[in-house]
This record gives sequence, C-alpha cells and structure tokens, in this order.
Amino acid sequence: MQSGAATLTILEDINFSVRAGEAVAIVGASGSGKSTLLSLLAGLDLPSAGEVWLDGCPLTPLDEDGRARLRARLLGFVFQSFQLLPAFTALENVMLPLELLGAEDADVRARQMLARVGLAERLHHYPKHLSGGEQQRVALARAFVVRPRLLLADEPTGNLDATTGAAVIDLMFELNAEAGTTLILVTHDEQLARRCSRQVHLVAGRLAAD
Amino acid sequence: MGLGLRFLLRDLRAGELTVLFLAVSVAVTSITSVGFFADRVRQALVRNAHELLGADLLVSADHPLPAEYLQAARARGLATAQSLSFVSMARTPDGVQLAAIKAVGPGYPLRGNLRIAHDATVTVVRHGPPRGSVWVDPRFANLTAVASGDRLELGDATFTIAARLEHEPDQGMSFLNLAPRVMMHLDDVAATGLIQPGSRIRYQLYVAGDAGAVAAYRAWIEPRLQRGERIQGLEDARPEVREGLDRAQTFLGLTALLAVILAAVSISLASRRYVERHYDGYAVMRCLGAVQGRLVRLFAGQFLLLGAVAGLLGCLLGYAAQALIGRLLDDLIGTPLPQPGARTVLQGLAIGYVLLLGFALPPLVQLKRVPALHVLRREAGRPRASPLVAYAAGLVTLAVLVVWQTNDTRLAAYTLAGFAVAAAVFALMALASVHLAALAGRRSSFAWRYGLGSLRRRSRANAVQLVALALGLTAILLLAFTRGDLIAAWRAKTPPDAPNRFIINIQPEQREALLDFFRSHGLPQPVLYPMVRGRLIAINDRPVRPEDYPDERTRNLVEREFNLSYMHTLPSHNRIIQGQWFSDDDRARGALSIEAGIAKTLGVKLGDRLTWSVAGQIVTAPVTSVRALDWDSMQVNFFVIAPPELLAGFPASYITSFRIEPAQAAGLNALVRAFPNLSVIDTAAILQQALDLMDRMIAAVQFVFLFALGAGVLVLYTALIASQGERQREAALLIALGASRTQVVAAQRTEYLVIGLVAGLLAAGAAAMIGWVLAAQVFEFAHYTPNPWLLLAGPALGLACVAINLWLSTRVALHTPPTAVLREET
Repeated sequence: MQSGAATLTILEDINFSVRAGEAVAIVGASGSGKSTLLSLLAGLDLPSAGEVWLDGCPLTPLDEDGRARLRARLLGFVFQSFQLLPAFTALENVMLPLELLGAEDADVRARQMLARVGLAERLHHYPKHLSGGEQQRVALARAFVVRPRLLLADEPTGNLDATTGAAVIDLMFELNAEAGTTLILVTHDEQLARRCSRQVHLVAGRLAAD
Repeated sequence: MGLGLRFLLRDLRAGELTVLFLAVSVAVTSITSVGFFADRVRQALVRNAHELLGADLLVSADHPLPAEYLQAARARGLATAQSLSFVSMARTPDGVQLAAIKAVGPGYPLRGNLRIAHDATVTVVRHGPPRGSVWVDPRFANLTAVASGDRLELGDATFTIAARLEHEPDQGMSFLNLAPRVMMHLDDVAATGLIQPGSRIRYQLYVAGDAGAVAAYRAWIEPRLQRGERIQGLEDARPEVREGLDRAQTFLGLTALLAVILAAVSISLASRRYVERHYDGYAVMRCLGAVQGRLVRLFAGQFLLLGAVAGLLGCLLGYAAQALIGRLLDDLIGTPLPQPGARTVLQGLAIGYVLLLGFALPPLVQLKRVPALHVLRREAGRPRASPLVAYAAGLVTLAVLVVWQTNDTRLAAYTLAGFAVAAAVFALMALASVHLAALAGRRSSFAWRYGLGSLRRRSRANAVQLVALALGLTAILLLAFTRGDLIAAWRAKTPPDAPNRFIINIQPEQREALLDFFRSHGLPQPVLYPMVRGRLIAINDRPVRPEDYPDERTRNLVEREFNLSYMHTLPSHNRIIQGQWFSDDDRARGALSIEAGIAKTLGVKLGDRLTWSVAGQIVTAPVTSVRALDWDSMQVNFFVIAPPELLAGFPASYITSFRIEPAQAAGLNALVRAFPNLSVIDTAAILQQALDLMDRMIAAVQFVFLFALGAGVLVLYTALIASQGERQREAALLIALGASRTQVVAAQRTEYLVIGLVAGLLAAGAAAMIGWVLAAQVFEFAHYTPNPWLLLAGPALGLACVAINLWLSTRVALHTPPTAVLREET
C-alpha cells in the first residue's frame, strides 16, 4: 500500500483469510496500519500491490462502483465516530441502507431492528439528541438491518466510556451471533480483542501474530 | 415517493436546506415580484401614455379626414372615436369668454376616463356630454362665474351647462387647449354654424384596440398621410413623458438586476455550506454501497425538486408581494393595475433553475466525487471551494439574464462590470487586509493576536466571506444612498421655483400695461420674449423639404412654422456649447443661435446658413452658436434665436413665463379680463402631470428596491452563518483548552471587527463608484457627487451586520457545552 508522492509503505506482507462466521480482531498500536487494512478489506481503497478477495470475488479488478455494489450486498459497517447522518432521525438512518437497496419494507424492518437494539422509543430522535451509546446502537442497527455477510467495525467503542462501550459490544456480539455474521473488528482494546475467536496483530504494517 | 423527495423532505425538516431554500425562494420572489410588478406598472404606464392620447393611436389633421381612414380602422376591428377642436368665443349670461371647444363623438375617450362634477360630487365617466349639453372646465367656470344649469351660447346654438369637467384624458396635448375647455357633442357642431371655410379646426380620429391591429393600421395609414395630417402613437406622445417612462424602466431594470446578482451570491454560498455539511453523509452512503450514478441522481433529483418547490413558492410570494404593492399604489397610479402576465411565472422558475444550476451546481458536483474512504480517513478528499472557473457558465447566464432583464445592454454592461471589478478588487483587498491585520496583531493581547491570527489562518474563507459581505453591503448602500441621490437628482431637474404659467399672444402695445399689472399685483417682473413666426426654407441654399427627413417627428417639425426670437443677451438657462454668443459683427451681419438637439435633428452645423421665410420675406443668416437648453427648467425656450437687428422689424407677439402661487391665482383672472386676447397657459397643470408620473415611478421603484434589499440581507446572513459552525467549534475547543469565555468572545470580536470594517469600507467605495458611473453614463446627470455619508454608513453597516452575527454565534457557542459541539465534530 502506497500513499502520497513519496512512496510510503503502510502495509507489507499481509496474508490472511477469514472464514465465514469467524470473529476476527485486528489489533495494533496507533499507526500500525489497522484502519488502512480495514479500508482495503472493505474495498474503500485498493492495495498498490496484492489482492483482496471478498466472498470469493477479487476486489482489485472492480471499479469504485463495482466495489460499492459488492459492499451494498455483503457489508455492514460500524465506525468509531458513528457516522450517522445528522439530518436523519434514528429510524431514517437505519432505513438508509435499505432505501439505497430499494427495499420496499425499509420502514418496518428498520423499526424492528431499532426495537431489537432497545431504541423503540427513540425512533424519531436526531443523532444530536441521542447519547453516544444510543448513537452507536443506531449505527449497529443500521449495520445489521441489511443482514450483511460481513460486519466491519472500526474502533466501535473508541468514543464511548467503558460501561457504555461494554454494553454496545455485548449487543454487537449478540446481533452477530443471531445473524451468523462474519465479524472483522479493528481495535487497540486488548480486552475487546479477546472476545473475538481470532486476533490478528499488526506491528508497523506487518503481520506480527495471528 | 422517490428517494430524492424523501431526502429533500428530511433535509428540509432538519433545516439543512433552509438557507438554500430561502435563497432560491427570495431570489425568485424578488425577481418575480419585480417581474410581475414591473409588468403591471409597465402596462399601467403604457396605458397612461395611451391616456395622454385618449387612444392607442391618434390621427389628426387641419382638414376633415378622409372617410377611408375611419373605415379602415373599423375594418380591422379597432375601436374608433372622433372629435373636432377649435377655438371660439363662448357667450355666458355675464359676458364672453374665449374657449377651446372640443366636440366629441360616441366612443370618446377610447383610453382613460373623464371626471365630471355636479356641485360637490365627482363622477368618473367614459363618454362626452349628451346632445344639447356642454361641460366646462373649472377654469372656464371661474372666469365666467357660471354654474351647472346655466345657459351657454356657441355660435347659433344654445346649450345647458350640465357639469364641470375636472379631467379629460388627452388634455394638454396641443396648444388648442390653452383656452379653457368647453366640451360638447360632435353632432351639435353643425347647429352652431361655427364650421366655416377658413376656420382653424383640428379633426381627430382616435383608434384603439389589439396592439397588432393598431400596428397594422399604423403601417397602412402612414404612407397615405397627406400634408397637414399626422399620426401620434405612444412613442410619439409628449417627449418629456416618454423620457420619464424610459427612466422609470431603467430604474426598474436596475433593481431587478441587483436582486439577480445578490441571489446568485446567496445561492453559491448556501450551496458551499450544504456541501460541507453533507460531505460525510454522502461518504457514508458510498460506504454503504451507493454507486456514484445513484448519488448523482439522488442529489440532482433533490435539487431539481428544491428548485421547483422553492421556485413556485417564490412565484407565489412574488405574486402576493406585487399584489400588495399594486394595492398600495392603486391610488397613486390612479387607474387599477392590469393583471400580470403568466409569462413571469415561467421566467421566475427559469431564473430559479438558472441560478441553482449556475451557482449551486459547482460546489455540489463535489458530492459526486466523495471518496468512500472519507468515512475512515477524514483527510481523504475534503470539500474544496470551487474555483471561479466553475461558475463561468453561471456567470455568463447571469450576464445574459441581466441584459434580458434590463433590456438595456449598456446599463447591464456597466452594472456587471461594476460588480465584477468590485468582486476582484474586494478579493485582493480582503486578502491583503487579512494578512496585514494578522501581521499588525502579532505582538498584542491574546484576543487581538488570536482573533487576527485566525483571520489569517482562514484567509481564503475569510476573503470569500469578506467579499460576499462587501458585495451585499454594496448593494444595500447602492440602494439606500445611490438610489436616493439619483432620484433626488432626477427630481431636482425640475426646480421647485420653476415657472408655472406661460402667457402667449402678448401684443407689442400691451407690454407696458402687462408689466404694470405684474407690478401692481406684487408679482416679480417677467421677461417678455418677442416671438416671430418663420418657416425654414433652406439650409446652405439647399431647399428644405419634409420628405427629405426619414424621421416623422422631424418631418412634422419642418412642416410647421418655427417660433424665432431675438434678444441681446443669452438667457441664463441657456448654455453655449459651440461657437460664440452674438458679437457686434454678428449683429451687424446677421447671425443665428440654434439649440443643440434641433441642430442635430435637422443636420445643421455651426457655420451653416439658414434661410427663413418670415412674413413673406426671406431672411438668411449663418449659425454662429449652438446652445444647450435645460428643458426641465420650464422656462421659455427657443430653438432659434437671432440678434434683434435681424428680426426686430417683423411683426412679433410676446411670450413670457412666470411663477405664481395658488393664492395669487385669482389675479390671473383679472389679468385675463383686462387683456381678453391673452392666452394664459397653466404649465403647472402640465408639470404636475409629469411630476405625478415621476412620483408614481419613484414609489414603484422604491417598492421594488425593497426586494433587492431583502436579497442583499440574505447574502449577508448566508455569508455570516457560512463560517459560524467552524467558529463555534473553535470557541468550544478554546474553552475546553482553558480559555476564558471573555477571551474567546474578545478574540471572535476582533476577527469580526476587522471583517465588518474592511467589508464596509470596500462597499462604500464600490457603491460610490457604481453610482457615479450610473449617474454619468446611464442617467446622464451632469452633476453627481457620491454621498459623503457612504464612508460612515458602509463601515457602520458592516459592523452592525457582524455584531448581530457575533451576538448570535457566541450566544450559541457559549451556551452549548464544549463537549456537545466537539462530539459532533469527532
């Protein structure tokens, strides 16, 4: 992976595969390349050398829109900064991926999902009127509402205090288990990482331990 | 329900599009209210011009008009009416009075109304008196002390005075109206026996109807006109009224133009803000798997919908606004305003979309390019300010719109150039002052250092804001000061002490008695100008023939006799622009001084020899000077003046103008009784008609300016809130880092202070420049000095604007917990 005018190798010699249903934590210090790896896995970015395969499909030959279609079909996301649309209510944020897929029953499914994450009473609240934990639960509902094959989570507790963070993580693993989703989680939180079935350690862009 | 519509509704509900929606709506509101109202006023003014004629087209002659003229008009489906005008003595129970008789047939007036009074009740009618009755104007009633019911004899016939004629639409159109009016029925004329061979009678045919048919009729009749027959359409109506109309349209055009420019500024600023606030959201959608085309369709659909909804709302508001204006101005305009055409709605929508596409699209296309990676790495693809080039299409369209709206390429060019130069100069000066201020503030207190420093750190954003603020302020200053100045200058063209009466037909032997009369009534001594009638027969010995002049007005002019005058000294309201006033040599050899306008019309230059036929004799003299006249002065003016030596031997009558206050007007009646042959012309009435027209226009223009002002205020609002979010976060961050609220407020205050001050000063300079250019180049005022108050008002207004914003933004910033603001940002 190269970046900028001067060639800067961010990730090198990374080779691993994740099986369906597995829960993998990518662990490493700040700047070790965790987020870059995640962006490659999601097809948000392309490696300057090497290949990424997703659900038996190579990402490298696909153009941006091709990768976007693949994401729409397969992926769910949870971000450190929640990334809820501020102009959308909780319900509308959860409806969004369904709407983008053109689902007819977006409203019903989103309501059910929000009820599942315990926010049935908060459907019409805007993100700014929700607490951090509530926002991340909306984000979880948004991620799981499309029944993704793979959930990518980038520091999901990074912006939350310990108690709230733990509750959100519990919820995430519950949903993951219910849906049988494959989970790839980026974190520097060892405790969180240990809840995953497998841990991938990154040190300075290289795979240190698997 | 389409996703685009759902997105639009969500954004609207969340207030994300409020500013943009408002900008488009206000733009369309202002444009359509200008459009609707200008359309109605234009129609009303055109109708007023019709009223000056009492028709759409007036055919008049000094002999009975051929019957085919009337038949041809009727065959085209045009409404027609006829009248005869002549001067005759009218006998009342108490004496005789010279009267301008107008005999009107059925259908008169085709345009406008008559106002008649029985005792105290005034009624508006659209017909002349019935047979056997006459209506007399107040002047006639005063002079003869007659009242309704009295008898009045004209020639061999006796009539009953049925009413007082307060107003007739086509009054003041010709010198036949100088005597007081008696109006009668056309069919009664024969009975009076006043129509004799050799009587001076004006025969008139009024024509009105569909504009196309009128134009066709005009095209038909023009080549058939005989000598002594002429037609008058709106464009030939009295030139001073015409000029007023043109100026009013220029004012309205200018106003419409300002609203368009301001709207464009608002929309581009609001779109930038929209993009900045939606960049993350679009990145999330990319991440969630939305393909690019989908996103483009999404936001394109959203903005097309926004354009339609905001545009229609704008049209609706525009219509409501113009209806209100119309109602307010009903009394002023006199006639109810006609309904505006539906074309304005289409224009409004079109302009809304043009503005949206031209000025919202350049920032918006960035949303198409949002990289999905942005959700993980914020530095990946930040939204950038669109380069000016991106707005090229919008700017060109705007220029075309401006030309189209003003219908005056010169005015459009000056205004656009003014704004373009101002924008460029603003940008440069804004950047320079931002850097200078930062440099100056390096060694000062925290507030100054930090405030000025952040001014420089955000130099580009601040420069944009400063330019927008300065542009908005320029518009407001232009409206608040320049408008007033230009209108004042326009008003001042007719001085308040302008003469309001003319006396013509003064015989040489009456001069002393007349001057005595003025002395005994305590009136200032008027200047009596001799008037000799002469026909221009040759220029440089080449015969002058009417048919040599393509322009109809010139033909009419050449056909008529000129009023020549002679005098020793140049009248004070005349100015020599070429040659010299009569020297001793000129007096001995004969010389002429000609008015610049008529010289141009006739193609006469300094040194040309003009030959006149005066009382059967030939008089030839060279033109030794060209004079510029101020026709607005209402003084006696002559196209051609000679030294006394040249014309003093010819029979002359005298003419004078003077000012009389209403209280002294009774003396005038005594004057007319004393000198029955004199004709006293009430130019005050004519002047009042012109002033009324101007007043109406000014009032209309002021209302229209209100909307441009509204658009300007929105620009300021948009510009100031554009950076509010960033400033709020910064304030929260500073407080979180331990700065006191006082320090934060002081720092922001410093930054805004500089922005407001610099923007205000730039705006004052720009407004002065634009006003000066407009005055000199468009309104052709010789003397115009920009209002010195601009220098004070500009900065004051700039400071006031930022003060309001400062109060709003710090109030929010200081009452929002730092974490709340910062959390939104992370």
